[in-house]
Amino acid sequence: MMRIIVIGNGMVGYKFCEKWQAQAHQGMYELHVFGEEPRPAYDRVHLSEFFSGKTEQDLYLAPTAWYTENGIHLHLGELVTQIDRDSKTLSTHKGETFFYDKLILATGSAPFVPPMAGTDKQGVFVYRTIEDLEQITQYGMKLAAKGTSPAVVLGGGLLGLEAAKAVRDLGLETHVVEFAPRLMPRQLDERAADVLREAIEEIGVNVHLSKNTSLIAGEERMTHLEFADGSTLPAEMLVISAGIAPRDELARQCGLELGPRGGVIVDEYMRSSDPDVYAIGEVALYQGMIYGLVAPGYEMAEVAVGNLLNKEISMSPVVDLSTSLKLIGIDVASFGDVFGTQSLHRTVVFEDKLKGIYKRLNISEDGKKLLGGILVGEASDYNQLLQIYKNGITLPPEPEALIVKIAGGESAFGSVMDLPDSAIICFCESVSKGQICTAVSEAGCETLKDITKCTKANSGCGGCKPMVDDLLKGTLKGLGKTVKETICEHFPYSRQALFDLVKIKNHTRFEDVIADHGTGLGCEVCKPVLASIFASIYAETAVVQSGIQDTNDRFLANIQRNGSYSVVPRIPGGEITPEKLIAIGEVALKYELYTKITGGQRIDLFGARLDDLPLIWEELIAAGFESGHAYGKALRTVKSCVGSTWCRFGMLDSVSFAIEVEDRYKGIRAPHKLKGGVSGCIRECAEARGKDFGIIATEEGWNLYVCGNGGANPKHAVLLAEKIDSPTCLRYLDRFLMFYIKTAGPLVRTAPWLEKMEGGINYLREVIVHDSLGIGAELEADMANLVNNYQCEWKEAVENPAIRARFKHFVNSEEKDEHMEFVALREQKMPRAW
Amino acid sequence: MQNLLSKYAPVAESEVKIWFKAGSIHAFPDNAGACVKYKDKQIAVFHFTTQNQWYACQNLCPHRMEMVLSRGLIGDEKGEPKVACPMHKRTFSLLTGENLNGDCDSIAVYPVKVVDGEVYIGFR
Repeated sequence: MMRIIVIGNGMVGYKFCEKWQAQAHQGMYELHVFGEEPRPAYDRVHLSEFFSGKTEQDLYLAPTAWYTENGIHLHLGELVTQIDRDSKTLSTHKGETFFYDKLILATGSAPFVPPMAGTDKQGVFVYRTIEDLEQITQYGMKLAAKGTSPAVVLGGGLLGLEAAKAVRDLGLETHVVEFAPRLMPRQLDERAADVLREAIEEIGVNVHLSKNTSLIAGEERMTHLEFADGSTLPAEMLVISAGIAPRDELARQCGLELGPRGGVIVDEYMRSSDPDVYAIGEVALYQGMIYGLVAPGYEMAEVAVGNLLNKEISMSPVVDLSTSLKLIGIDVASFGDVFGTQSLHRTVVFEDKLKGIYKRLNISEDGKKLLGGILVGEASDYNQLLQIYKNGITLPPEPEALIVKIAGGESAFGSVMDLPDSAIICFCESVSKGQICTAVSEAGCETLKDITKCTKANSGCGGCKPMVDDLLKGTLKGLGKTVKETICEHFPYSRQALFDLVKIKNHTRFEDVIADHGTGLGCEVCKPVLASIFASIYAETAVVQSGIQDTNDRFLANIQRNGSYSVVPRIPGGEITPEKLIAIGEVALKYELYTKITGGQRIDLFGARLDDLPLIWEELIAAGFESGHAYGKALRTVKSCVGSTWCRFGMLDSVSFAIEVEDRYKGIRAPHKLKGGVSGCIRECAEARGKDFGIIATEEGWNLYVCGNGGANPKHAVLLAEKIDSPTCLRYLDRFLMFYIKTAGPLVRTAPWLEKMEGGINYLREVIVHDSLGIGAELEADMANLVNNYQCEWKEAVENPAIRARFKHFVNSEEKDEHMEFVALREQKMPRAW
Repeated sequence: MQNLLSKYAPVAESEVKIWFKAGSIHAFPDNAGACVKYKDKQIAVFHFTTQNQWYACQNLCPHRMEMVLSRGLIGDEKGEPKVACPMHKRTFSLLTGENLNGDCDSIAVYPVKVVDGEVYIGFR
């Protein structure tokens, strides 16, 4: 059996395994992988997310079990120390020796540390591995706890700015020091870098350019930096992220041909000077360059796999360095020939210093082809520009329209419909424009869902969704079918339009709305939408028009497997007295309910029969509880950490504020469920940034974050306003929530709502904080109406005999549903299995 | 489980031998459903109040075999009256019992009539 050995289990080393596993016949090869780190390959690109609460496991590209399942021998924490190419063996630091037929060097790179004195002082770190990050976090937290301490990131490139974000997230005063006269000198031209610098400084990160660091000064610990020009900068921590140096020591030791400044020289098949040894990723020197980006590394992995399996595949002659990133919250993208050095070209530049936007296009001399470009501050058109560039599409006569948006004007892209049929739209599944359009014109697809089902497009990362949507609408239009954003077949309106109609016409009943503005009898889609609209306008509870409520709202509880219900009393902020805990326990015992703590700091009681719900609630209400609205598209919980009353790190009283916020918005219905969180300090124990709104205490007041969520597509909430007091926070929240309630589509949570909003968070901030639309007072008044008219709908239900009567399984019998069965689970019960 | 499904077979109005009196029209909610017990069967009965139409079907959703259809939302698809299962939103025609948005087995539907304010369901 042929034995392949991969040295290095980083992102590219892993990609090799993944591609190998997919293409090689099992049983013919034996694949070994050596990684010196104690854990399997992880996502280094998103390393800074480790600071914002991602765990190590979240960053893994695949769990250890994946390697085992695919018959790959993974040797972790084992450093390869020597290669003997004559005997085709390698040995490790554990003294073991392995024979190989083919060897893949995927050893990656190490941080490049510029020559300077003092790198051994306390407080100096590099930024590369999870260990580095853990050390940076620990040290940074200590500094942050004692007050404002300056921290410096050495290096203003891609990785350096990532590191700067990480340091800033720790709450430290952040400085970036760059040797070159501009930021990201490899990706950006001078003007782009200037716009980026201003945007970064705007959010409180200090940038120092053209600085040659000569000394890291201090006793045991570092205290400041000294530069060659004689100036100094106080700093208690230094993170070095000034570039990469290929890890070519093994290659050097075994005599492979290296570049003058290191790196294993490879041909277009990724072969080194020894045809049995390949090099891929950041250790490989291809066309005289080391590529510090993931995409070229992945391409190298693909090429190496193909060649080992005797396929005809080679590296592209021009390596694509296109990237689109968010750096410290700022869009930065570049593609193709960024500086226009590869051929004669003309340049179109758009710059708006007020908004921090810079865009540059390099266009062929005849004005027909796009050669490359830069986008800073606003990169929403990146995908479309990349399509034009990659597919060689002829530009419109006025290409400047591609980067300058004329207010109210049509998009200059003329839509994706102008792309050739062969253009790949969904890169995950390799689906072309032609396939998508045919799915609509010939297979009869009429919705995004149909297309995904038919072609697999948009089933991966979802990045192509807007384009697929445009293709769908464009093709349908071409077929003479009209497309409108409508709720369902019964209402030719969007939720927002229907909201306005109901409000203006003062409609209060579903039957009136459908008679006046719709057709047919309604359905399971539009009925709950109108129920939500009535709730948002009139503070109407779910018991008033129960027939149009979704099942959970109709019975004010969550239906579970076997048709039983679960009950969640409100426990604002997660604070509960022993008496109330006992009351819940007694109810659970009496009605034989399975009890479990929820993710939102409440207690869920499962397995209630429909008939028992009013009895259960009668007792809960007597004990002082209210409905928790766990069944509704409504405010669920406002999670809190214990805050400054008990916690030695706490800045503000997070529990009291969480209770105040939860009590304020309880019962309020929205297009989707709403969750909140309040943390007493930047340690963020309440995980508030994983919520629709998150409030985090700082020394100078609350920071308000919005539009986050957990679930299948986790999103961190983004900063809306900082250092605000409690009344201001509530005022912004009133406006924000009401704006969302009025304008979002059905079942759209705040994160996707913001994602679709033109202008994004900056626009939202204008509306909410600066009241740019002049609707602030109206939003606050609408919210006040809901807050003032809140009533517990379970109280309403148990006190009204007519409503109580709805909670029966049979209309014609007092018997219970004999079909509902439970079986034992540990010391409790569960539904019998499906 | 199959055993349970076999209890329910569609009944055409012409085949009805027994008209079972399920209760007063006032016992049933407007524009929604309720469950009726008939021998060992559970029957979902729906009142489309605006059109004054009544429909009945098995309460058992064939997707996950739960007795829940009477608690589902009702409405129409292109004019065809339907119920949506509260569990996973499978929709079934109340005229034919056919699953309109998936490949579940059809459900059994039963004739309903109203005489003197009383609701009757037809069985064989």
